[in-house]
Amino acid sequence: MSNLATTAGHAHGHDHEHEEHHDAGETTVFGFWLYLMTDCILFASIFAVYAVLVNNVAGGPSGHDIFELPYVLGETALLLFSSITYGFAMLALFKGKKQQVLFWLAMTFLLGAGFIAMEINEFHLLISEGYGPSRSGFLSGFFTLVGTHGLHVTSGLIWMAIMMYQVQKNGLTSTNKTRLSCLSLFWHFLDVVWICVFTVVYLMGTL
Amino acid sequence: MTKKRYPRLLGLLPLFGTLLLGGCNWTLLNPVGQVGIEEKNLIITATLLMLLVVVPVIAMTFIFAWKYRASNTKATYAPKWSHSTKIEVVIWTVPILIIIALGILTYKSTHALDPYRPLESDVKPITIEVVAMDWKWLFIYPEQGIATVNKIVFPANTPVNFRVTSDTVMNSFFIPGLGGQIYAMAGMTTKLHLIANHNAELEGISANYSGAGFTGMKFKAIATSQADFDAWVSEVKASPKQLEQAEYEALSKPSQNNPVELYSSFTPNLFQKIVDKYEGMNPGKPVKHEKKEVAGTDGLDTSSNSAAGAEE
Amino acid sequence: MFGKLSWEAVPFHEPIVMVTIAMIALGGLALFAAITYFKKWTYLWTEWLTSVDHKKIGVMYIIVAMIMLLRGFADAIMMRTQLAMATEGSPGYLPPEHYDQIFTAHGVIMIIFMAMPFFTGLMNLAVPLQIGARDVAYPFLNSLSFWLLVSGVVLVNLSLGVGEFAKTGWVAYPPLSGLQYSPGVGMDYYIWALQLSGLGTTLTGVNFLATVLKMRAPGMKLMDMPIFTWTCTWANVLIVASFPILTATLALLTLDRYMDFHIFTSELGGNPMMYVNLFWAWGHPEVYILILPAFGIFSEVISTFTGKRLFGHHSMVYASGAISILGFMVWLHHFFTMGSGASVNAFFGLATMLISIPTGVKLFNWLFTIYQGRLRFTSQVLWTLGFMVTFAIGGMTGVLLAIPGADFVLHNSLFVIAHFHNVIIGGAVFGYIAGFSFYFPKAFGFKLNESWGKAAFWFWISGFFVAFMPLYALGFMGMTRRLNASTNPEWVPYLYVALFGAVLIAIGIACQLIQLYVSVRDRKLPQNACEHGDPWNGHTLEWSTSSPPPFYNFAVVPRVDTIDAFTEAKENGTAYQAPAKYSPIHMPNNTATGVYMGALLTVFGFAMIWHIWWLAIVGLVGTVVVFVAHAARDDQGYMVPVETIERIEAEQHKRLVAAKAIPATRVETKLEQA
Repeated sequence: MSNLATTAGHAHGHDHEHEEHHDAGETTVFGFWLYLMTDCILFASIFAVYAVLVNNVAGGPSGHDIFELPYVLGETALLLFSSITYGFAMLALFKGKKQQVLFWLAMTFLLGAGFIAMEINEFHLLISEGYGPSRSGFLSGFFTLVGTHGLHVTSGLIWMAIMMYQVQKNGLTSTNKTRLSCLSLFWHFLDVVWICVFTVVYLMGTL
Repeated sequence: MTKKRYPRLLGLLPLFGTLLLGGCNWTLLNPVGQVGIEEKNLIITATLLMLLVVVPVIAMTFIFAWKYRASNTKATYAPKWSHSTKIEVVIWTVPILIIIALGILTYKSTHALDPYRPLESDVKPITIEVVAMDWKWLFIYPEQGIATVNKIVFPANTPVNFRVTSDTVMNSFFIPGLGGQIYAMAGMTTKLHLIANHNAELEGISANYSGAGFTGMKFKAIATSQADFDAWVSEVKASPKQLEQAEYEALSKPSQNNPVELYSSFTPNLFQKIVDKYEGMNPGKPVKHEKKEVAGTDGLDTSSNSAAGAEE
Repeated sequence: MFGKLSWEAVPFHEPIVMVTIAMIALGGLALFAAITYFKKWTYLWTEWLTSVDHKKIGVMYIIVAMIMLLRGFADAIMMRTQLAMATEGSPGYLPPEHYDQIFTAHGVIMIIFMAMPFFTGLMNLAVPLQIGARDVAYPFLNSLSFWLLVSGVVLVNLSLGVGEFAKTGWVAYPPLSGLQYSPGVGMDYYIWALQLSGLGTTLTGVNFLATVLKMRAPGMKLMDMPIFTWTCTWANVLIVASFPILTATLALLTLDRYMDFHIFTSELGGNPMMYVNLFWAWGHPEVYILILPAFGIFSEVISTFTGKRLFGHHSMVYASGAISILGFMVWLHHFFTMGSGASVNAFFGLATMLISIPTGVKLFNWLFTIYQGRLRFTSQVLWTLGFMVTFAIGGMTGVLLAIPGADFVLHNSLFVIAHFHNVIIGGAVFGYIAGFSFYFPKAFGFKLNESWGKAAFWFWISGFFVAFMPLYALGFMGMTRRLNASTNPEWVPYLYVALFGAVLIAIGIACQLIQLYVSVRDRKLPQNACEHGDPWNGHTLEWSTSSPPPFYNFAVVPRVDTIDAFTEAKENGTAYQAPAKYSPIHMPNNTATGVYMGALLTVFGFAMIWHIWWLAIVGLVGTVVVFVAHAARDDQGYMVPVETIERIEAEQHKRLVAAKAIPATRVETKLEQA
């Protein structure tokens, strides 16, 4: 037997069991936060790439020529509101109100989906005007950066849909609480990234 | 082919001695150019400086390991001894001091040996434009109006200003006997300043892997007297070949171990045209609301901008 | 239907490749037959492949690493042979398109598929035990990481027989790696193999950081963590901070190659130099990821076999941290010759040199650990001493390359090859081999044969010097790397010597294989068996368990309040104490999800490489579905009943009594009955 503790023995071991169960959710959220830091570096790399490529328009349009700030402001509003509604979902979660959680998640989902729809529309318009990513280094960087964020939001939406199903089916179990907390981190993180995208790409590109 | 080699493979062992003594033929330790000589001296100084700490470490490894071997029960044994502020201070200080010395050496030499820095000389420098191609080197003499493939001739004791670009993937332009190298990159111009201290026939290579024909991507670099150089230029001028558009396109096709070619003339402004083919490194056409910028003025600026951009 | 894939992708006309494939196929067939014959499939599946036990995952990592070491070494010896044969205008036996794939594969395999899994395996094996944890923070994620690595390994090896591998060198700089200059599938194999295994590595980094931050035994302060755990932790910090850059860079290259983006192209506003910056912003931290854990192993080995505490444990931890942080600020020294300007070059040169300060401190710390110790010359110690001598030289040549003025002539020459083999073989690989024989008894309950181990050491180290010292010389003679023939007759003798050195290393590897065979054969001999768990008189918690440790690691989670916790306990007489009563232990269930996800992602990668879009969608959607199904099951694990723990611990008690680790009288009556 390999106990190094002289006295702690049983009592301690027992305590630890309790701690372990208690900690599981917290450890998961902590690990997810660590993962988000890696995602943050991924975005940082792509931001750096965009910053290098932003002037390489190769005779094509620059941001000034193609960005429609009011439209993007609309997109931004959708995403920001979705963060607020997700916040309400979390508040409902802490109160243990399942229906409210589902309602706010659904609202968040709709707002997020609206954001994605607007983004796809923007991409579609640009490509149909001949300003696809193949046109220039600048456009490649633009599509990569905004598209990477869009893909993240899309996977967040898929996750959210699955969570709504899970909550509907199993209720607000501790697992679901942990996962909703992780998704919350993810969703707010994407919001912060979007604010950076909005500033670096759209504001600095048009002003 | 293989049969011939067996005896030599067996004769390996006696080779060891000659290997160690063969140092006198090492290109980098026998440079022909001033830049190379300074780089050699830098290597030697830095190595000696580092040996100040490396030799004691290696010696201590052997001495400590032997002295404190388990069978030597006479040696002191202090199993709990794991900290000594005095020793800690020394082992942090010694490397720091060496690195400070090396750092000063590095800072000064980096600026002195910057390949972009023109060499100081009373003689008027000669310019050679270098284009890396698949898999050969094209040299353009803008002042002489001639071009060559895989061979350069230049006067000794005259600074040579190389302007380097690539019409293909990245290569590195390197004449080991003269001194440092510089990358050749499409859409950009890099610069290299070298000088030969005396007449010599040198090997030039690409030092950055560029594909299947990379091994054969070599050229002759000949430093000669001014008179011989002038004679060589006239000789090239008499060459029947001219590097016109069609000829350049033919040359652009990948080829391995390309023979030396001499061209009596080339399309005007050829080098800049090759650089401008690639809009990659330059901020493209000026955007309407911005100040007019002249595309591709200087490869140095764009390259440092890009490197700085990626740092962020 | 099958994208670019057709029968022409199989190189039937290349005898070397076909013979290799035939050998691999025969070997695989023999293995398959053997497992079937001995009816071991169920055992293999339930006990190993689907296991989430960090010790078993660690062993599997190391097995993969060793197989890939053989593959990577075969590439190495082919290159050395080619260069010894291709002289005086002879083309040698490998055409450029084959040779160029070999040196690319050699680099990729040795770094990504040999060194990384070797380090990850050792970390898996030892770190949770060292910090008194029952498993890693996320056991399933750990299994998934491993299977992602296997995906990469499968893709790299598939490229041998189906299609081709990249011909770009392991750094794969664009535009050479772009679609225009590398239209074949080789580059795509490279991208997807690295992408999948890199993803696994990132997850491993997250997992082990959470493990050391959240799962330490009660009382263990961060600064009390054993040194190997600490160096692994720094490596994980580097992984978490640098691998996302690789992921991003490969993704961007993928966009260039698959969707006609212009990020790294020369045309239309792309910027190839940016790739070089991004690649090394990952690539340089990567070499510290490889070397730091090896430093940890050397520290463990030296302090164990001198029977002494590690000198300057804290300063080791800080030195490792300094190396990690500085490691992020030096990447540009890989391309001083790009023309960044003197000030930029000087900054990165100086930053690089700073790293040699903490590294030098480490060397001194090891020396002063030996000082006033009782050094036992085991094979592990030989590897360590060999490392200290070799690494001092390799470090010196590294600092030389960090001086831009010197690098201008040495860059991309064989001097560079000699330098990084000097630090990677003499540093990382020696460390992993030392760690392998150090922790082997922990994993399997018997020691490795020492005579063959020492023979392996002597062949490796002499082989190393004979193979790579001539390369330093060749660097000074102006021979550049990645040449497929030598073009200067003066180089030839040196190339012969280098080949001879490679043969010596091959003999060293053969000694290791024989060592494994002999050790397994003699495992029951009393001098080899060490199931009680403490063969080296170890300092830290991992040696306090049986060998192999029970699946739950510690029946009672230990309490730790000092650096060398186990030594302390042995001296106080508190080691191996049993509690009056055990409590049930919560453990995770095994799961096949990792295997399935790895398999589906392999399919996805393969389909992407060959542009079989429908199959790629099947692979990707399948992966997501399998993962969601796993999450929906929400497996909470199970409780190990007290009876099981008592039975296992009673066996261990008997072993300890037999090994005279504890007196027979000090027996808990309850255990005796069990």
